[in-house]
Amino acid sequence: MTRRVVITGQGAISALGATAKTTIDGMLEGRCAISALEFPNADRLSVGIGGQIKGYDPSEHFTRAELALFDPFTQFAVLSAREAVAQSGLAFDDALSLRSGVILGSAGGGLQTQDENYRLVYEEGKNRVHPFVVPRLMMNAGSSQLSMIFGLRGACYTIATACASSNHAMGQAFHAIRGGSADVMLTGGSDSMLCFGGLKAWEGLRVMSSDGCRPFCATRNGMVQGEGAAVFVFEELEHARARGADILAEVAGFSMTADAGDIVVPNQDGAARAISGALADGGLSAAQVGYVNAHGTATAVNDRTEVAALRAALGPAAEEVAVSSTKSMHGHIMGGTGAVELLSCIAAVKDGVLAPTVNYNTPDPECDLDIVANDARETFVKVAISNAFAFGGLNAVLALKRFA
Amino acid sequence: MSVSEKIREILAEQALLSPSDISADASLEDIGIDSMGVVEVIFAIEEAFSIEVPFNANDPQASAFDVSSVAAITAAVNQLIAEQKAAG
Repeated sequence: MTRRVVITGQGAISALGATAKTTIDGMLEGRCAISALEFPNADRLSVGIGGQIKGYDPSEHFTRAELALFDPFTQFAVLSAREAVAQSGLAFDDALSLRSGVILGSAGGGLQTQDENYRLVYEEGKNRVHPFVVPRLMMNAGSSQLSMIFGLRGACYTIATACASSNHAMGQAFHAIRGGSADVMLTGGSDSMLCFGGLKAWEGLRVMSSDGCRPFCATRNGMVQGEGAAVFVFEELEHARARGADILAEVAGFSMTADAGDIVVPNQDGAARAISGALADGGLSAAQVGYVNAHGTATAVNDRTEVAALRAALGPAAEEVAVSSTKSMHGHIMGGTGAVELLSCIAAVKDGVLAPTVNYNTPDPECDLDIVANDARETFVKVAISNAFAFGGLNAVLALKRFA
Repeated sequence: MSVSEKIREILAEQALLSPSDISADASLEDIGIDSMGVVEVIFAIEEAFSIEVPFNANDPQASAFDVSSVAAITAAVNQLIAEQKAAG
C-alpha cells in the first residue's frame, strides 16, 4: 500500500510576522511588509527596499552560546521549527528519532556571517576572526542544529538550488517518507541575505526593483529581496492518525526538472514539465487545481514565462485557476521562499482562503490568468500547487491536497 | 584593569558567572567551560591583549599554552605579553 504524507505542523518567520500564524494573517490581509532596508551601509545600495524582519531581538530567543553559533538563517530555521514541532504535538522518543530527519533549503547559508567576517579581515585589517565562523556559515548549519535540538537521527542535509531550494527540500522529505526511509521529517527552508555584500551582488544583475514588487502587473519592474524561514512537520499518514494529530494538508505530488538552457533566463518547457509532473506524481488532474502559488518574482520575463508554462501544463483548466504571488508582500526569500509560500497553499486547501498578489494596478495582456489581485478571496480549493523556478534552470513544484 | 582581572572578566562572561565567583585554582571545567568554550576564551584573550596564543584545539594538552587553571592561564598570558612585547 502506498504510504501517504501529511503536514502536521507549520512554523515561520518573515517580514509579515514572527510566526506562521502572523505571516499567513498578514498575507490574507494583503499587507505589504516591504520597507526601507536598515543595516550598515544600506545608504550605498541603489536598491534600498526589502522584506526585512524588523523589531527582532535574537537575545529574546537564544542563549549567548547559541548566538555564537547561529547565523540569522539558522536562527530563523530554529524559531520556525520550534513552532512547527510544538503545533504537531510530536515527542521524539528513541525509536521515532531514528525514523526522523531534517531537509532544509538555503541559497545563501550563513552569508551574513561571511559578509561580516570578510569585512573584518579586509576592511578593518583584523588578523583573526571568531572561532565559530565556519560552523556558523556552513550551508548545513540550520539543518544540523535542528537535528541536534530535536534529537533527529535519520537523514539530515541542506539543499542549495537557489530560489527552488526549499521546494526541492520539501520534495525530498516527501519522497523519504513516501518511500519508507523515514516517518517524520522537519523540512522547509531559510535564508537571510539582507546585508550590504549580499544585496550589492544582486544589484549587479539589475533585476531588482527599487520601488516595489508587483508580480503579473503591467508596471512590474523587478524583484524585491526578503528574508525569513518556514519549517513544516511532514509525517506519514498512519503515524499521524495513530496519535490523533491535527492534519493541515496532504502532500500529494512533487516533480523537479532542469531547463538545460540558460543560467538565469527561465524556460517555459522546463517549468511546464515540473507542473505537469507534480500533478501526475499525485494522481491529480489539471481540473482539480484551484490555486497556484506562483513563483511570480515580478521580473518581466519570469511572470510571462510562468503564465505560458501554466497554460501549457494545465491546458483549458489554466483559465479557471486562481493565481497569486505572495512575494509582493514578503519579498523573495530565496532558498526559504517556497517554504514560506507553502503557508498560502495550506491556507487555500485547509481554510478555503487565497492570499492575494498586492501592489497590482494594471493588467498585463501577457499575464492574463485569474490573478487574485490585492484582496484575499474565499473559495473551496481541493488542490493547490506551489511553483519554484530557480536560477540555473531548476524547477521544483509541489502539489498539496485538501485532507478530509 | 590588571591582566588577572581582565582574564577573570573574560572567563566570567563565557561561564555566565560573576568574576568574584572564579577562584585562581579553578579549572575551566570547574566553572563549566567546555572545549568549544575554551576556543572562544582563547579568541577573547588574543583580542583583549593583542597577542597570539599558541593553542591547538586538536590536542590541548600538547599546546604550549597551559589552560589547566585560572592561575596557569594568567601566568601564561603574562609571559606571552612580555615575550611578544620584547619581539616587537
